[in-house]
Amino acid sequence: MLLSIDTSAGTSVAVVDRDRGILAEYAEADTRRHAEVIGDLILACMSEADLAVTALSGVAIGMGPGPFTGLRVGIAAGQAFAFGAGKPVVPVISHDAIAFGHYAAGGTGPLLVVTDARRREVYWSTYRGADAAGLPERVDLPGLIRPDDLPSAVADYEHYVRLDADMVSAGAAGMLAETLFLHKRPFAGAEPLYLRSPDVTLPAGPKRVS
Amino acid sequence: MNMSAPLVSAPLVLGIETSCDETGIGIVRGNTLLANVIASSMDEHARYGGVVPEIAARAHLEALTPALTAALAEAGVALHELDAIAVTSGPGLSGALMVGVGAAKALSVALDKPLYAVNHLVGHVGADVLSESGPIDYPTVALLVSGGHTSLLLVRDLVSDVELLGETIDDAAGEAFDKVARLLGLPYPGGPEIDRAAIDGDPTAIRFPRGLSLPKDLEKHRYDFSFSGLKTSVARWVEQYRDTGAELPVADVAASFREAVVDVLLTKAIAACHAHGVPRLLLGGGVVANARVRQLAEVRCAANGIQLRIPPLSLCTDNGAMIAALGAQLIAAGHAASHLSFGADSTLPVTQIQA
Ligand SMILES: [Zn+2]
Repeated sequence: MLLSIDTSAGTSVAVVDRDRGILAEYAEADTRRHAEVIGDLILACMSEADLAVTALSGVAIGMGPGPFTGLRVGIAAGQAFAFGAGKPVVPVISHDAIAFGHYAAGGTGPLLVVTDARRREVYWSTYRGADAAGLPERVDLPGLIRPDDLPSAVADYEHYVRLDADMVSAGAAGMLAETLFLHKRPFAGAEPLYLRSPDVTLPAGPKRVS
Repeated sequence: MNMSAPLVSAPLVLGIETSCDETGIGIVRGNTLLANVIASSMDEHARYGGVVPEIAARAHLEALTPALTAALAEAGVALHELDAIAVTSGPGLSGALMVGVGAAKALSVALDKPLYAVNHLVGHVGADVLSESGPIDYPTVALLVSGGHTSLLLVRDLVSDVELLGETIDDAAGEAFDKVARLLGLPYPGGPEIDRAAIDGDPTAIRFPRGLSLPKDLEKHRYDFSFSGLKTSVARWVEQYRDTGAELPVADVAASFREAVVDVLLTKAIAACHAHGVPRLLLGGGVVANARVRQLAEVRCAANGIQLRIPPLSLCTDNGAMIAALGAQLIAAGHAASHLSFGADSTLPVTQIQA
């Protein structure tokens, strides 16, 4: 069983079990309240699943792509929970969770996943389909792009089912993690997928004031 | 979750601080410091001449778990032994604060320990309960000066009654040091550089203005500070001097600038002590590292019959131990834990000691 957290869009928290599926899932769609709601959502999931922390085998975390301030709240919370529980962290790519949910619900074939990156840009990932284990086959790492440029950036754009998601289900992220583990596939890297450099401007030399 | 205060007189508290560019994890037992681990991203900000919020927030995420591990090892305690967790909920950089808040909430649920969301500025005052000077006598005036804040507080009681007397209306004092250092071609952070450059300088060589010190300013801003006019005045002086082609007397400029900052800080702090009949002054914040601040504070306090407290520097710069210490004080006073729904509040007022 895993606690699962994804804050790459809204805030989603779940407890999942490989055999029994999603045992509890709570979400807050507001993309400005990650820090406020994260604790209550974790508590609600643990209570509803009626689990002792010791019963968990790890903490799944959606590593993005996502706007950095919110994304980081979930990663920080997931890492701290895992640290407190003495359990491993299981990172997954948030877009993969969307694709996993899509194929698990019966979707087939090429899939284009799109999520909001703010500042008039979107994050995108393409998938060929799902493999025999139900795991999505991503074509490349997620990217960042202006929405208007997407059709020309994706080869054979019209062959893809396009899925614009405004929430990443932590339940799907958790089940993805369980399935990856079951089939001995690699998890995501430990680095958050910010896909943007910090906004910084190098200081110009001092300006004259007189 | 059980939210009532743990019934122990010297609670074991872990504090998490991420309001600016230091990731601080501290562990205290009551007023006893057990661990104070600080990971700073200062070097990453140096080339930008100031703290870049997003760089600081990214660094917090990377530093948090290693700092937790190091603090527990340093204190020689296990997580399950903790009585409570405390975290800075504000004021500070919101993206940076959120890393600590998110982590603290999750840790609190994972361990089923009460969580205290506390005020960073009051934490700076609370830091001194951990020093060897013994308990803090109240009321006390507190002058908190760093790269992020310049605040004058009247603390009647650490956990229940803190009043903001004044604060900077533009730059923090530490920022002014950074900006003037750059003007003089000195690296970031500016405080220690100015201090070094000022060693052989004459603090009376140039009379730079003392912000908000004229009678008309004092009516409205008796205990407020302003350093942007001072910075401009130094810039103008430096330009005009350079225009003459002569070599800039860096030591005199640094010493005179520093004197202007320190003079106005202490003049207002001592005035607050007199006006409120409080013969005690406590200094906090990273600028306390400045030799001239400490020196002039000692001289002026002695001359005015004011008892001066300066915590050790490791407790003056941003750290998790001061947050843990404030949490422990709240518990000892019987305060209930914070509700899990608090947020990161970049402008949390100093009157709100616990969120
Ligand atoms: Zn501070």
